[in-house]
Amino acid sequence: MASKKDDETQTRRDFLNLTVGAMGAVGIGAAMVPLVDSMNPAADTLALATIEVDISEIEVGQTRVVQWQGKPVFIKHRTPEEIEQAQADDNAPNLTDPEPDSARVQKPEWLIVVGVCTHLGCIPQGSKTGQPRGDFEGWFCPCHGSHYDTSGRMRAGPAPKNLPVPPYEFLSDTVVRIG
Amino acid sequence: MAASKQKKSGFQNPVIRWIDDRLPIFTMMDKEYGAYPTPKNFNYFWNFGAIAMVMLVLMIVTGVFLAMSYTPHTSMAFDSVERIMRDVNYGWMLRYLHMNGAHFFFIAVYIHIFRGLYYGSYKRPRELLWILGVLIFLLMMATAFMGYSLPWSQMSGWGVTVITNLFSAIPFFGDAIVTWLWGGPSVGNPTLNRFFALHYLLPFVIVGVVFLHVWALHVSGSGNPSGVEPKTKKDTVPFHPYYTIKDTFGLTVFMFVYMAVVFFAPLALSHADHFQPFDPLVTPEQIVPEWYFLPFYAILRAFTMDIVFPFTGWITDGGIVFTAKLQGVIAMFGAIIVLFFLPWLDKSPVRSARYRPAYRWCNYLLVVAMVLLGYAGAQPAEGTMLWIARGATAYYFAHFLVLIPLLSRYEKTLPLPKSINEAVLKDKEEAQ
Ligand code: HEM
Ligand code: FES
Repeated sequence: MASKKDDETQTRRDFLNLTVGAMGAVGIGAAMVPLVDSMNPAADTLALATIEVDISEIEVGQTRVVQWQGKPVFIKHRTPEEIEQAQADDNAPNLTDPEPDSARVQKPEWLIVVGVCTHLGCIPQGSKTGQPRGDFEGWFCPCHGSHYDTSGRMRAGPAPKNLPVPPYEFLSDTVVRIG
Repeated sequence: MAASKQKKSGFQNPVIRWIDDRLPIFTMMDKEYGAYPTPKNFNYFWNFGAIAMVMLVLMIVTGVFLAMSYTPHTSMAFDSVERIMRDVNYGWMLRYLHMNGAHFFFIAVYIHIFRGLYYGSYKRPRELLWILGVLIFLLMMATAFMGYSLPWSQMSGWGVTVITNLFSAIPFFGDAIVTWLWGGPSVGNPTLNRFFALHYLLPFVIVGVVFLHVWALHVSGSGNPSGVEPKTKKDTVPFHPYYTIKDTFGLTVFMFVYMAVVFFAPLALSHADHFQPFDPLVTPEQIVPEWYFLPFYAILRAFTMDIVFPFTGWITDGGIVFTAKLQGVIAMFGAIIVLFFLPWLDKSPVRSARYRPAYRWCNYLLVVAMVLLGYAGAQPAEGTMLWIARGATAYYFAHFLVLIPLLSRYEKTLPLPKSINEAVLKDKEEAQ
């Protein structure tokens, strides 16, 4: 009799231990959510999300670098040759991340991309005159040697993706809003 | 003075006795650092644990005082460090001690790790002791990385950018993880803030793990250059005064070199771009981490070729790609993770490389590979340098994953001495 009672309390106790343990785990898990999420971008950080840029003074062939969300954005006023080259390369075999030029621009003469190398985040060179533009006449990232073409597409080197196109909108012929 | 077991405590001083009867901290200290029986044949490699511990304390003390004058905000961090250098009393000294202290802390720990590898200190019964050590090494690297970001220099900001971007290689969640690490769309003030908080916290976590490390050491007892465990009283001496004095001597020599650098060449190990404020729009010509990260940085950059899994074109355009970036990241972390498994990769019953001729040579080659990796890590990753880095990376992994398992089966080891005492007497004879 006594042993049977022991068994009973054992199973009851096991059940209680397991339940308390499970509740504790859920509780700790729930407590982790606000802690971990507090490290995600805060509301005011997210709110600083758009800028407006006057592009009327960017000459054909020039690139202007503006800062958006702490990152450089390249606004490239492309020459007809650059546009033609970008479109001609739409099916080039060395496109790591294939995308047609038409999907990357709203107006062919304006290429707007985030100027952060998709490898490890350096700023590719080629926006200023005299800087190396790499083998594909766009940008060249000196950190580990990634080459981008006149559409900001990845062509050679370790970077996995094309330079991303940020959300943007032409408010008029001379003003663009990024973000 | 020694605590006797019969009485509650044998201390003469009534205050010490009063405390010890209630909290036997003096008994514990005497047991662990006074009477602690220690193999009598330690060489100078056995100094570096104690030296590392002193460096940890020194880093915490100088760090806490630096923190009193440091401002963790992107717009003020660089200037606050310059103010420490120019205006805060002895600020220059605190900073140079802290900055170079990190270098010397790593020097001590690298020698300490080499000692462990060479003399087989990671083997049974010291596996957990070794694992705790590797954990300390990881925590130290995280701490130093975040500390280096604090002056918010060009090298700080770009170092943080490149290293945090590594996590974007993780499939599916990569970008979300990187944004979470940054606390914003790019490396910025939230990043600096959390790095400061963690840079303050982690050293104390290290203190906790060091405590466990030493506790485990005192359970298994110290190893020794012969790799034979102590058997009789003839094999050991009490820690105090024998090793307290030997450690003090080694520490003095070490401090001499460290102070010479602090006071006469404080910038010898620094990069010029670490003294320019961070500019998020301009990447420096070359991003070079501190020397103690270079071998691992070289491993990261040794991988440059994407691998496309065949016949996966139907899943995504162009097939599933194992990117060079992800390969490099896995290899870099793998280079440290593999150390955790070392006690089970090396099954040789002989501990010390003294009695393992082939393993001894492999160890020297490992050092050569690390030095080559370190050198390659500081150069642009291209041409010959890239091939040297690849060769050394291949050796590094082959050493742990192929050579060590093979050697533990096929190596012909030399006969072991019967005891530490015998080994010591034999060394003496040979020296005469
Ligand atoms: C494991 C121990 C530690 C290591 C390896 C370490 C490493 C570093 C490194 C490499 C730097 C950059 C120095 C420079 O380039 O100027 C740094 C800076 C700094 N550390 Fe530490 N640290 C440690 C402990 C601490 C502690 C406990 C504190 C205090 C709370 C602290 C506070 C600071 C501060 C305020 C700075 C910025 C000032 C400066 O750059 O000199 N550190 N640390
Ligand atoms: S960051 Fe651009 S190539 Fe590595």
